[in-house]
Amino acid sequence: MNLPRRGLAALLLLPAPALAQAAARVVVIGGGFGGASAARALHRHGLGVTLVEVNPTYAACPFSNAVLAGLRPIERQRFGYGALRAQGIAVLHQRATGIDATARRVTLADGTVLPYDRLLLSPGIDLRFDALPGYDEAASEAMPHAWQAGAQTLLLRRQLEAMPDGGTVVMAVPANPYRCPPGPYERASLIAHYLKQAKPRSKLLVLDAKDVFSKQRLFEAAWAALYPGLLEYVPLAMGGRVNAVDAGSRRVSTDFGSHDGAVVNVIPPQRAGAIAQIAGAADRSGWCPIDPASFESRLVPGLHVIGDAAIAGAMPKSAFAANAQARVAAAAIATLLRGEAVPAPKLLNTCYSLVAPGYGISVAGVYQPANGLLADIPGAGGTSPLGAPGAVRQAEAAFAEDWFETITADAFG
Amino acid sequence: MTRLALLLALAAAPAGPPAWAQEAPPGASACLGCHAPARADAAIPALRGRAAAEVAAALRAFREGSRPATLMDRLAKGFSEAESQAIAAWVVQ
Repeated sequence: MNLPRRGLAALLLLPAPALAQAAARVVVIGGGFGGASAARALHRHGLGVTLVEVNPTYAACPFSNAVLAGLRPIERQRFGYGALRAQGIAVLHQRATGIDATARRVTLADGTVLPYDRLLLSPGIDLRFDALPGYDEAASEAMPHAWQAGAQTLLLRRQLEAMPDGGTVVMAVPANPYRCPPGPYERASLIAHYLKQAKPRSKLLVLDAKDVFSKQRLFEAAWAALYPGLLEYVPLAMGGRVNAVDAGSRRVSTDFGSHDGAVVNVIPPQRAGAIAQIAGAADRSGWCPIDPASFESRLVPGLHVIGDAAIAGAMPKSAFAANAQARVAAAAIATLLRGEAVPAPKLLNTCYSLVAPGYGISVAGVYQPANGLLADIPGAGGTSPLGAPGAVRQAEAAFAEDWFETITADAFG
Repeated sequence: MTRLALLLALAAAPAGPPAWAQEAPPGASACLGCHAPARADAAIPALRGRAAAEVAAALRAFREGSRPATLMDRLAKGFSEAESQAIAAWVVQ
């Protein structure tokens, strides 16, 4: 097949709307699961794609709790953008500093101006260093959040390794919404697993700012079976909400008292990544309201938001959700650029958690637009069964690994 | 090149866009989050290249609870028979 000739013939004979699409430029900001997947999906739709991501390497959060527990090397969490470049996606390792939604231009830190026909933001989360008294960026060096994977993951891992046997690890878990709803409880499970193996006289205290959480009965059943006397869970109703922290003494305070930890992991409140606020796409909640079919911002036309930053209704802030939203948003953008109406989509989510090596549990959901949000389809979704045999838990742990291989290959090539 | 030759050149090109670029029916594209297009060592089966009828039958069995599953039973319940058939036809391409 003679590609150049075919390309020329196609170009000369295309009707005007298709020509407009062939020339359409889409800028994607954020190169995580959402943004990298979206860049590749938009490219598959034949659009010109520029991906703006400040970091040359991405550190994936799913399975980073296994890194904390010493079950997995951090290298397996790291992904580059070489495959995206090789397929013809322009990748710029710059920070996006400004968005002019009227002129449809993105400005980068080095002064580069990128015009766009459609803009897709997948900026993930920013940690709110103004929300929990005592917890700012400097405090996160003493009391790591490890809620953005990479250096913080390794810092918390080193602290756990350095802690003497008999020490207390304290986790502070935020109220909803935040990235990865079951993540804190998987983390608690795998830290408990590490302590049970390596430092059996130690304790883990989990202080939670809420009373109910994802896969709760499954986690609690596993904790009772695997980590009795080691892992103590304190819900909001029992004084679990952390109101203030002191990095110097590694002390956390609740309504009911204070706790000193040899290691303290503070998962602070969050909001959409900074560029969403700069663009004006985030509302007073700090997150981005979107149309549930097209993922176009309800606040800024021509701009779409996917992933953790978006208010996606019943759909959780997960890597799976970001990847699923990326495909739907990319198709919607291609449809809108053809001047057509976006059909109502259905979306899926699947989140696996490990409570121990070879012991996986999951939650799944199916979603569709309803009343302006993405809503659960009744009768579908739900968690793994309580009391399932070990073979089922083992299978789900294997499926979790498989999912990670597939989704990272889809996003990063 | 004459206009006729251009038309012939265009006609010689494969008809339509590749399967992945066709409009995915509702729910279909998210399947690829877990089901890799093709990986030999995968615990989660690849779907590309299978018979659409086989995949549609599996979705029906998951939906009706007649086929054991860890997770697909929960997802399949979110789709009608017609939606499942459309998904099956798309994911095998």
